[in-house]
Amino acid sequence: MGLAAFARIRVACDPAIVALAASTARLLDSRNALGLAFMLPAALLLLVFLTYPLGLGTWLGFTDAKIGRPGEWIGLENFEYLWGDSVTRLALFNTIFYTVVASAIKFVLGLWLALLLNKNLPFKSVVRAVVLLPFIVPTALSALAFWWIYDAQFSVISWALTRMGLIHQYIDFLGDPWNARFSTIAANVWRGVPFVAITLLAGLQTISPSYYEAASLDGATPWQQFRYVTLPLLTPIIAVVMTFSVLFTFTDFQLIYVLTRGGPLNATHLMATLSFQRAIPGGSLGEGAAIATAMVPFLLAAILVSYFGLQRRAWQQGGKDT
Amino acid sequence: MSAARGAAADRQVVDTQGMNYLTSLPRRVVTVWIPLAVFLIVLLFPFYWMAMTAFKPDDELLSRAANPFWIHSPTLAHVKHLLFETSYPSWLWNTLLVSVVATFVSIVFSVLAAYAIERLRFRGSRYVGMAIFLAYLVPPSILFIPLAKMVTELHLFDTRLALILTYPTFLIPFCTWLLMGYFKSIPVELEECALIDGASRLQILVRIVLPLAVPGLISAGIFAFTLSWNEFIYALTFISSSEVKTVPVGVVTELVEGDIYHWGPLMAGALFGSLPVAVLYSFFVEYYVSGLTGAVKE
Repeated sequence: MGLAAFARIRVACDPAIVALAASTARLLDSRNALGLAFMLPAALLLLVFLTYPLGLGTWLGFTDAKIGRPGEWIGLENFEYLWGDSVTRLALFNTIFYTVVASAIKFVLGLWLALLLNKNLPFKSVVRAVVLLPFIVPTALSALAFWWIYDAQFSVISWALTRMGLIHQYIDFLGDPWNARFSTIAANVWRGVPFVAITLLAGLQTISPSYYEAASLDGATPWQQFRYVTLPLLTPIIAVVMTFSVLFTFTDFQLIYVLTRGGPLNATHLMATLSFQRAIPGGSLGEGAAIATAMVPFLLAAILVSYFGLQRRAWQQGGKDT
Repeated sequence: MSAARGAAADRQVVDTQGMNYLTSLPRRVVTVWIPLAVFLIVLLFPFYWMAMTAFKPDDELLSRAANPFWIHSPTLAHVKHLLFETSYPSWLWNTLLVSVVATFVSIVFSVLAAYAIERLRFRGSRYVGMAIFLAYLVPPSILFIPLAKMVTELHLFDTRLALILTYPTFLIPFCTWLLMGYFKSIPVELEECALIDGASRLQILVRIVLPLAVPGLISAGIFAFTLSWNEFIYALTFISSSEVKTVPVGVVTELVEGDIYHWGPLMAGALFGSLPVAVLYSFFVEYYVSGLTGAVKE
């Protein structure tokens, strides 16, 4: 029915091409006005609640604003204070550590899962749907489940390991600084792997099987096929996916807030959680905003490294040309 | 010739689609089935654990002797506590209301914006398109402090309207970006013909473009709804009264009291807060996945 309607319109169209050319000139005049009118609602909302706060946040970082008290311009004082503040430095280290380790693990496991899902499996669509579940449910709520799984007294992991005779004492997952760091990373990886895997799977499905046939005829081993066919062709999409993954991980808030609130001894505080703690419960809007503003350059650097770093690899390997 | 080559390929273990028959079964079990099973068990375990805990009586929960993986005498006590002794029902209602309104507003605004950028091609539309994409990259964790100040100054603190107004800041960029891709796939000729027949741009959008972009609208809608349902940092910052909270924030801030954690109600709250998005998602998996992958590929 859609095709028939399409054909009918085409027929009606042909004798009117001359008229079209004439009306195009008039149309172009109205295009700018109409385009502006159509853009207005979205643009207005984004300008007021996104662009303006972005500027306001940067400005607040240079003031001593408190909740309920407009601040005075104090220049770089917040940043100078934060640079000397050991907790902020620790939070910066934690954020970088968390982002690098979690992103690397998410990439390896996500790629592996994508390759597994790309095989001919029975119930393929069901498996794929199930895999994405951790990504779609509210992170704050799944983090609560992890909180319970990591409980110092009743952790099911400790219970199972004790029964297997591997450990004799329950593990203090969130009470020890390094345990807490790796426990939060594990929860972040759990949530992020489905996103990486499903998007990379979409990339894998665009690679023509004939490349693999050609490679196998030339005697390439499975590893060589992966290394010289799959990886180069997948690199552009890996660059995009990992850029998003790094962005989400670097600015993570919910998971840490629910699991540890930055503890123990600030060992898991990220820039985002520290900025929340200083600004909202602490009341120092200026200081919190300064921490948030300080995230921006690191964020840009992380995006540039993951995006252009990977893109250049693609270009060097000729991935772009194909 | 092809027979000889086929024989050569036969000796290789080829892990590509369509050539799986060449892989022996035991090898396939080790390289595919076992890793996949481990992945699935780990990815699903927290949900299983939520469900187990939600229906398990307290004495079983706090015992190290019993097998924790099963329930011996299931109970609805935690669910009852959640529904009748906490504000959980009103959190559910708030989350639903805020998500539906924010999604609807964002879709309408995004349709207009995406159509203008992709089809009206007004002067500077390319730059606006880029700006929309950049807006998508701005994380809420650097916006919540200035937004909290604005929300307070606009006297919107502790209202649902604060959330309805701020959620579109991350929904509109995403939906616009997604819909631009869908609009691009609709033939321009259709619109030109309608223009000649005297249709206005708005009529074209409503009568021709939108019906053809229904899959895109569903993708954007599902995505926007789940993103709003899952939102945490804005709801945590802008809301303080229990009766206005959303489910994720309510469960995290109100159900955790003191040092004794009520794991039963907590996990029941997490379970029933996750179910609506999980059910909605299960009905529209294909749309969700195409939205996710489409947005990344673009």
